[in-house]
Amino acid sequence: MNKFTTALTAGVLTLAPLSVFAADSDDPIVIPVHNWSSQIVMSNVVGQMLEQNGNAVEYVTTDSQAVYESVRLGDVTLEMEVWEGAFGASFRAAQEKGGIVDVGDHDAVTREDWWYPMWTKEACPGLPSWEALNDCAAVFATAETGDKGRYLDGPVDWLKHGQERVEALGMDFVVVNAGSAAALWAEIGAAEADKRPVVVFNWTPNFAEAVWPGEFVEFPEWVDGCDKDPSVGPNPDALYDCGNPATGYLKKAAWEGMEAKWPSAYAVLEKISFTNPQIAEMAKMVDIDEMEPEEAAEVWLENNKDVWESWLN
Amino acid sequence: MSVEATTLPASARALSGRQIAWGLFGAAVVLTLLQYAGLLPAWLHRLPEAAVPNFALWLDTIFNFIKDDLGLLALTRFLTDGLEWLLDFSANILFGKRRFPNIGPVPWTAVAAVAAVIGYYLGGWKLAVLGGGTMVWTALIGQWKIAMQTMSVLAIAAPLAFMIGLSLGVAAWKYPWVDRVIKPVLSVLQTLPFFTYLLPAVIFFKVGPTAGAVATTIYAIPPMILMTTLGLKKVSPEVIEAGKMSGCTKGQMLRHVYIPSARTEILVGVNQVIMLCLAMVVLTAFIGMPGLGAKLLAMMGSFKLGRSFEIGVTIVLLAVMLDRMSKAWVIKQPKHFERGTPFWKRHAMLLLGIALFVGFMLVSLAVPFFAEVGRGQDFSQGKELDNLIKGFLNIEVVKATTGFLRAFLNVQVLIPFRNFMLSIPTPAFILLIAAFAYSLAGRREAIFALVFFSLVALSGWWDRAVITLYSVISAVSLAALIGLPIGILASRTEKWSQRVLLICDTAQTFPSFVYLIPAIMLFGITDIAVIFSILIFAMVPLTRYTIEGLRTVPPEMTEAADMSGATRMQKLWSVQLPLALPTMAVGFNQAIMFAFFMVIIAAFIGTQDLGQELQRTLAGTDLGKNFVLGICVSLMALTFDLTIMKWAADKKRVLGLE
Repeated sequence: MNKFTTALTAGVLTLAPLSVFAADSDDPIVIPVHNWSSQIVMSNVVGQMLEQNGNAVEYVTTDSQAVYESVRLGDVTLEMEVWEGAFGASFRAAQEKGGIVDVGDHDAVTREDWWYPMWTKEACPGLPSWEALNDCAAVFATAETGDKGRYLDGPVDWLKHGQERVEALGMDFVVVNAGSAAALWAEIGAAEADKRPVVVFNWTPNFAEAVWPGEFVEFPEWVDGCDKDPSVGPNPDALYDCGNPATGYLKKAAWEGMEAKWPSAYAVLEKISFTNPQIAEMAKMVDIDEMEPEEAAEVWLENNKDVWESWLN
Repeated sequence: MSVEATTLPASARALSGRQIAWGLFGAAVVLTLLQYAGLLPAWLHRLPEAAVPNFALWLDTIFNFIKDDLGLLALTRFLTDGLEWLLDFSANILFGKRRFPNIGPVPWTAVAAVAAVIGYYLGGWKLAVLGGGTMVWTALIGQWKIAMQTMSVLAIAAPLAFMIGLSLGVAAWKYPWVDRVIKPVLSVLQTLPFFTYLLPAVIFFKVGPTAGAVATTIYAIPPMILMTTLGLKKVSPEVIEAGKMSGCTKGQMLRHVYIPSARTEILVGVNQVIMLCLAMVVLTAFIGMPGLGAKLLAMMGSFKLGRSFEIGVTIVLLAVMLDRMSKAWVIKQPKHFERGTPFWKRHAMLLLGIALFVGFMLVSLAVPFFAEVGRGQDFSQGKELDNLIKGFLNIEVVKATTGFLRAFLNVQVLIPFRNFMLSIPTPAFILLIAAFAYSLAGRREAIFALVFFSLVALSGWWDRAVITLYSVISAVSLAALIGLPIGILASRTEKWSQRVLLICDTAQTFPSFVYLIPAIMLFGITDIAVIFSILIFAMVPLTRYTIEGLRTVPPEMTEAADMSGATRMQKLWSVQLPLALPTMAVGFNQAIMFAFFMVIIAAFIGTQDLGQELQRTLAGTDLGKNFVLGICVSLMALTFDLTIMKWAADKKRVLGLE
């Protein structure tokens, strides 16, 4: 009897790939939404694609670091943007605990680090080297920071370790955290008016590079373990004394149980892969054209049928 | 004259206390001077890191033990399912989330009609317009769905908080030991920063609406407990006697005698529960609760000031509507009809409400606009408002003023003050606070201050705690500079007192989050914006209690001053203000409590204090660290609370105002 059941199960399992398309659960797939535009639009794009695939979809707004714990527990089904520099650590930690799976990388290559718009170079010609940046720290001073330069970092919950890097490399900078991604664009926009030099946190793929040409500051090159082992990097006693990886991955992740519960949706998720310009375009629709995210997703899907229709089953 | 006579012996007794306070103060000054001279050993300036006990780790171990080994997580996750069912239910009805019972969303016109009828029933035409108007505004401005997301949590959290608060209140009134246990817990709960409620809620009750509802409920319970106990204690013996004589059982006594007699206090409690729930639901945006708060957070972050302003208006309208309606319910006495009144007459309002509800349901089937204001159909003027506000801020005069304030306050006042506070050695700082508590309140409070602040020092977050305190002190001082003169001026005439009190009352119902909007508008993301938002939030109680204090000065006193030929100034300084001081101190205390609350929320703008660390913990699972930080804020706030309230009570007794 027991053997028979096992054989039956095995048989069913081998046949499973053929019958999966009708087998998706009716429960909604929970897609997390964070606080930067490309991720919000991409989540909506994927959500609307899955809806066309016949799945029920729900969105929850979650913290971008805490989300890995939620995916692990199955409270949230998938995560569309796992940035190596920002969330690699949280993702790996969750993976070690179990419950979260890697669903492959996007085509896009990511980098996130200190960044400046081109006009800044006039005030500080030695850029992009970080030593040169530090030498002209005074150029970046504001009323709040006194004689030190101001570096506008991402929101605190992105855990960018800007403060740690300033201390590790002994820089004359004060790290101020922006409230959201959009606060960064507002700062660059305000600086553009009178070509004021600024250094802010930025990343690629992102619409900003098209609007404001600029460069990343070149910090000591990233070495594995720079965030864990003090001896790695130029300062032997400190963590975070390197720049972020210059060609990081952008990954998709999902709850372990997704494949069994929504096999068809999982198959779609595996095929999805966005490129740098596509992601930049999604962000631009919200940040510059001021569309609502759902609306932007609809428009994007409308304009890019050739990209995504082959991903559906 | 009688005042003079009664204060004399008190000051004689206080003399030794004053000497001790001066002694503590002197020791603090000596320590600080030694530090400046470079003679103080480093371990006396700041607690060395090696000496900081790892409270966070210990707490984490305890939490993990309770969570996993004792199975609390399994229990809370079980409760989560029930709560989620309730929330899904209200979410389906209000904004059509695809869950049981799958009948929503209710058309906005139907909700508006019902709100108007309820308003009319409770308070006549004015409230009907307020209720209906708020809903119509929300729908037409294109915020219906997010507003209903907020309301769907409120609809579950407020009744829950009410029921739990009522039961605990009854228990505390019935069994003195419950009262003794609950009291200190309540005072800690009321000073604990909101971020400390959020993380455990997420860990134990799942990210999303459930965690938001739990955090909101817990935050709103304390006033309900206090008001219930207060009401039950005030029930007059005659009523109790009458109940006993008609042979009520214990349960009947409670249901038919005590609770109806305490109706007013209980309903005041309900009002507070609703208002706190609204304020908190908005703040749960920080843990990803969708709704008005989340949208406001996103819009403020991206400097879409016009949209932020519109959402702010919606939140304020909802707050005012809920406040006015629940207050009208407090004063509305149950109506009694003559025997034989037909059913439709007794329930006219209920029937009208149902009729309108069904009517609009049907109309909305035919006209989709009445069911849902579609995309692009709303009347939002976000962009135009944006340009208007940005245009205003770009006017040279305005720009120069905000720029000057930013530069002047920062460079001349705030940064030097902060650096000064940070330069004081830790033990000297603790001694200073103890001296302050001793001189105002007495030995018991001084010991509390000593213990509480030493604990903060031991937590290892001293510098950030000092920066938190710096924001609170500078904002409250600036608020006093503006709020007190307004209060004094307004209290001169009855008309202006009423007007300003009404403004203060209304402003106090605004969820704290709203106060960030003007701050960010004027000053962007800067330190000044933080101080400014705390300032306006803290100014409200200061002004309000100043007016109330001055107006309750016994008329005999002012008459006596007039008769002895005092000028207006003399009367104000020597008679009115001293007598109003204890009441004003209550306002001061409230302002400080509000400031402690706001400074943590302001972490959103970008601060360097405990609030920022707290917000950072929301991104992880560091329950221990989150708790340590929360307790630090709570301990500092409690020190001020205990000291000032004791001083006000003493002063009132001495002045014979009680």
